[in-house]
Amino acid sequence: MSEYFAMGGYAVFVWPSYGVATVLLVVLFLLSARRLQAAERALDEEDTTEDA
Amino acid sequence: MSGSAFHRFANPGRFLRLASKVLPWLAAATAISFGVGLYFALLASPPDYQQGETVRIMYVHVPSAWIAMFAYGWVGLASAAALIWRHPLADVAAEAASPVGAVFTFVALVSGSLWGRPMWGTYWAWDARLTSFLLLFFLYLGHIALLNAFDDKQRGRRSAAVLAVVGLIDLPIIKFAVDWWNTLHQPASVLKMGGPSIDASMLRPLLIMFLACQCYFFLVTFMRMRALLLEARQRTLLYRRNTARPRSTAASGA
Repeated sequence: MSEYFAMGGYAVFVWPSYGVATVLLVVLFLLSARRLQAAERALDEEDTTEDA
Repeated sequence: MSGSAFHRFANPGRFLRLASKVLPWLAAATAISFGVGLYFALLASPPDYQQGETVRIMYVHVPSAWIAMFAYGWVGLASAAALIWRHPLADVAAEAASPVGAVFTFVALVSGSLWGRPMWGTYWAWDARLTSFLLLFFLYLGHIALLNAFDDKQRGRRSAAVLAVVGLIDLPIIKFAVDWWNTLHQPASVLKMGGPSIDASMLRPLLIMFLACQCYFFLVTFMRMRALLLEARQRTLLYRRNTARPRSTAASGA
């Protein structure tokens, strides 16, 4: 197991590559999802105030 | 594509309805393809006979670089469409995709650097492929900065679109840099005459990770386009309400 994570001595190059990609893609996805949610919610409220 | 066909497909209302139907499927496709891709990239593929385990960096680096370039093509062509036809959906498509492309460009630069250190003995070299790719990153940053640089949103979009279109010239330079100049970077081994010169056991994770990144690009870009369109609709509603009421507020103030 620890041999696998050592990546033949290249662990410090292999894992940070995957780490940077994962963190950035997840953060961008979450930011985009939150922005979309906020936009949908704002428009929903707008619709209900419009009807009132 | 003729102008009228473009307008028929690029109707913002139609896009909003289509996006809400497509997004869950895209999310599922992205999750599954990343799951399968990572399994092959990290577990079910052999180390390279020359590069050892560092070859696994390729499954992050190469798909990121491909999508970085694809995304810039998207931004550039959408910007051209926005300048020519003045269609609002084209502006939105360019604005939404730019941060996605910038992230993939950054990932390609960092993972390439982490691959270069053990294989070439250096994190960075000012050679043609690497420099033209760094320029791509600055084109994205410039595009995003221009979009937000003006109080008048339309002016920002116009100038960002001009930059994006001019920057398209960088794409063929990146692609052919390895053939035109002497460079540390290896030449193409997948998209080339005579077919890929890479073993199936490594081509498989590479292509699945590429598919995953492509799904991710469409997923996040469509989410951002939807958000931008809804925000614009919200602004219109607020504007309408504020311009419809000044008489009553003036009356109550008097």
